[in-house]
Amino acid sequence: MKGAGNKKELRVLPIRKGTVIDHIPGGRALRVLRILGITDASRETVSVAMNVPSRQMGRKDIVKVENRELVPGEVQKIALIAPRATINIIDDMEVRRKMKVSLPREIEGVLRCSNPNCISNTPEPAVARFRVENGGLRCFYCERMFSGELTDHI
Amino acid sequence: MFRKRHLISIRDFTREEMEAVLRRAEELERHARPDLMRGRILANLFFEPSTRTRLSFETAMKRLGGEVLNLDSEEASSMAKGETLSDTVRVIGGYADAIVLRHSREGAARMAAEVSGVPVINAGDGAGQHPTQTLLDLYTIRRESHLEGLRIAMVGDLKYGRTVHSLAYALALYGARIYPVAPEGLALPADLQEDLRHSGARLQPVKSLQEALRKADVLYVTRIQKERFPDPQEYRRVAGSYRITLDLLRRAPKGLVILHPLPRVDEIDPRVDGTPYARYFRQAYYGVPVRMAVLSLLLPRRGKGEA
Ligand SMILES: [Zn+2]
Repeated sequence: MKGAGNKKELRVLPIRKGTVIDHIPGGRALRVLRILGITDASRETVSVAMNVPSRQMGRKDIVKVENRELVPGEVQKIALIAPRATINIIDDMEVRRKMKVSLPREIEGVLRCSNPNCISNTPEPAVARFRVENGGLRCFYCERMFSGELTDHI
Repeated sequence: MFRKRHLISIRDFTREEMEAVLRRAEELERHARPDLMRGRILANLFFEPSTRTRLSFETAMKRLGGEVLNLDSEEASSMAKGETLSDTVRVIGGYADAIVLRHSREGAARMAAEVSGVPVINAGDGAGQHPTQTLLDLYTIRRESHLEGLRIAMVGDLKYGRTVHSLAYALALYGARIYPVAPEGLALPADLQEDLRHSGARLQPVKSLQEALRKADVLYVTRIQKERFPDPQEYRRVAGSYRITLDLLRRAPKGLVILHPLPRVDEIDPRVDGTPYARYFRQAYYGVPVRMAVLSLLLPRRGKGEA
């Protein structure tokens, strides 16, 4: 990779249209892929750079997905594991829009509560909802705290 | 000061709101007000049996002049057959002015409050919350000891015991010093300890029950359940070593107050009942004024400016 010339281009391929997620903490790109539902069966062009040296972050990951726009639920989940991520919407090889994710105070409907006895895991009209609290998530219904690696629940 | 429409979790409370309940309980304990709930109906909707809690609510409502509809676990379940809890709550809410709900699932009361047209009082949701128990514990401590600068030893199953978790959380708001005393494997969970410290509790490890007892104003004893131990002999050994006996109390400080949410099995030797330390029957009695206070705050009198 560190050969002569074209260093930049080799690292991550530019995309024509789609989304670039930058400033992901080093090593978390695979979790971002999981959030985006990208698996070995996916057909879109995806490029991933991991542990790229970064002045701000030491090392960071970058994910580029062709022909894809993120939905709000995906952005919320990404914010949970990559609170400093930036999302660039690319069109015609140019950055059309750039935004920072922000850690929401509450997230609804994107995660399930991992407590099997929680009312949100029944046919009742209780949609799983969490409050972001001290770096963890607290279920609005059963009040259990899910901390540590948040993506374990994603 | 107290603007809640429902009573779901002690985590929803500020210290001021707890104080409002405790003050009201004290007023109602001193002066009965059989007019406050006249013409009102309380529905006890118990999907799980808990006779003690149900009777305590029923007594509180009746002492305030109100009426009670009781749905025991069988009736509640048969009513709910093929129906969601949320539908049942909507229907019962059409009959009664408030609902007391006990259910086996965590978060059931929170959801019920979302769909109910009348106030919902959580009387226990699975391993979750039981806020009137916590409030009556606070009230007991305030009446029999003191909440300000409290030193409390919590003894027994601190891992699964929801009663101690909620009480510890409430006491954290008072900056209490808490001495946890639990057998191996039943200690206060680490995330809860973190949470408690965050809320202002001072958790202080002690080496033994004896040490905790020497330092504490209040000894809060809970049951160690047999089911937590695969080996019955191991259970007997552990439970025995946390038993409160006259012998253990020989070096107890004078004003020590012993509490227990009841029912007890044999965590406290019945011979302790006759000592001035034993306040657990008072504690059970205090459930009534505290529930009267809760009812009167959630169901203020209509019209005529009565708060
Ligand atoms: Zn939950």
